[in-house]
Amino acid sequence: MSAVFEVINLKKAFGGLVVTNDVSLSMMAGDRVALIGPNGAGKTTFVNLVTGALKPSSGEVRLRNEPVTRIGPTGRVQRGLVRSFQVTRLFQCMTPAEHLGLAVLQRTGKSAQLHGNFLTRPAVMEEVDDLLERLGLYALAHRKVREIAYGQQRLLELAIALALKPSVLLLDEPAAGVPQSDTGRIEDALANLPADLAVLMIEHDMDLVFRFAKRVIVLATGTIIFDGLPADVTKDARVREAYLGSYANAGLNA
Amino acid sequence: MTEKTNSTLTASAETTRNRLRAGFISRDLYGVAAIVIVAAAGYVLFPDNLALLTRIIAIALLVLSLDLVTGYCGVATLGQAALFGSGAYAAGILSAHYGINDPLLMTLGGIIAGAVAGLVCGIVMLRAHGLPQLVLSIALVYLFHEFANKASSWTGGSDGLSGIVLDPLFGLYEFDLFGHTAYFFGVILLLIVFALLRIVVRSPFGMLCRGIKEDPVRIRAIGASPHKALIKMYIISGAVAGTGGALSAISTQVVALDALSFTQSAEALVMLVLGGTGSLFGALVGTLVFMLFEDFVSAANPFHWLTMVGALLIVVVLFAPKGIFGTVQDLLSARRNRTGETRP
Repeated sequence: MSAVFEVINLKKAFGGLVVTNDVSLSMMAGDRVALIGPNGAGKTTFVNLVTGALKPSSGEVRLRNEPVTRIGPTGRVQRGLVRSFQVTRLFQCMTPAEHLGLAVLQRTGKSAQLHGNFLTRPAVMEEVDDLLERLGLYALAHRKVREIAYGQQRLLELAIALALKPSVLLLDEPAAGVPQSDTGRIEDALANLPADLAVLMIEHDMDLVFRFAKRVIVLATGTIIFDGLPADVTKDARVREAYLGSYANAGLNA
Repeated sequence: MTEKTNSTLTASAETTRNRLRAGFISRDLYGVAAIVIVAAAGYVLFPDNLALLTRIIAIALLVLSLDLVTGYCGVATLGQAALFGSGAYAAGILSAHYGINDPLLMTLGGIIAGAVAGLVCGIVMLRAHGLPQLVLSIALVYLFHEFANKASSWTGGSDGLSGIVLDPLFGLYEFDLFGHTAYFFGVILLLIVFALLRIVVRSPFGMLCRGIKEDPVRIRAIGASPHKALIKMYIISGAVAGTGGALSAISTQVVALDALSFTQSAEALVMLVLGGTGSLFGALVGTLVFMLFEDFVSAANPFHWLTMVGALLIVVVLFAPKGIFGTVQDLLSARRNRTGETRP
């Protein structure tokens, strides 16, 4: 089986400051990988390089064996690389149904049509309703986003990503800012992601990482210092030194 | 959560959806009916002032076109008259220099010229964002104005473009001295444009544009290009403004430089804010109120009418920041929610 997503020797330097240093990783369909690292490790830069918001100094990004390094952010989304945002980026005056309708229309190449409305298109609405139901947002389908709770907005963010039918999903701290009472729903949604989807999750919440990920990658000062099983990450001396600190003991006790 | 509340919630989402779907047609019909009623009332109440009413329609088309880029896409511009004036000059030049006097062909010429001007302005303006974008729009309208001024053999320069002659509309209706034909022609143009724009703003493309206005980064993250969509909207907007320009050239049979002016652009923005941005009804209400107010007040007090227009604006912006239409809509929906809650 070949990798759906590959990063090969990716490097980014701002002047003399190297923020991403020779990062290589590959993911298969269905992988559940967590990318962790202390503040300033270069996680955000890495996401920006992969999604195309930043140009790498050298190296390559491949999606399903196709090099996409020279393709812009929207082209990468169209090829199946979709990201979610650490702080929700939603349209405050639009409803969840509209968000998902727009995403489905865009994926199917109909977002430039000048006539009709998605509410009256059975093919679009079937998909929208299915996503709303899967994430428990059906009752809120026609509320403006600014009227719904933050936890539900995070779920909607996830739903939009799924509406684009990605092959690789980058989740940027999917549970950030969500009250404790709602994290369960986010975790359920994460557990129910399509089985063949490759998911790379950037996360600070170690509990969530250990529950979700089958593989953990640790980034420190722009370099991958660990790539392996979650069970081994807390035992790794370099990781403990670079990042975990007090978490290391918490992880061992758990 | 119990099964029962779940099913009521689902049911309420379902009713909302049906109400939304039904609302499309009924709101369109209300809009068309409102335009027809206001137009008929204008015709009955001010039979001697049809020229003003036709001018209001032409400017309403300009304000609608501005609403498309500013209200729906969030592009602030003080140069929208460049598109309006291009349409007016194109329609006028067709008649004055090429002897094409058919009002429909002249309108078509105005639409095409407006769309091309929209494309040009869009390409230039969308290279910047925010304040620099606003400055670019002002620079553009001055360039268009100066170009029309210098190309006086084509445009008549500061004397204005005259010599526009009109064939009867459809070969049947002469353009009369009292402006009856021009008025009816204007009302029909407005109805057609309004109906088409209603379709556009609730289409997938319209929804995409609303998304761009709120968060272009999010739009890129779903794989769509905000730039492409905005250029397209600029072309549509140019076509609408060009229609207004052509109507103005046809109804007055003269095109003056101020059709392309910064002042005209700024006034259009004022009318849009007055009526309420992001709604076609808001654009229409704003134009109507501003122009009637201007007409009445300037007749009543020729010395201080601008002061009163300024005072009206301050009142609206301070006490009804969503504009006249937006505020009325908020009040109505607040009332509907109250009565909805008390219902068992």
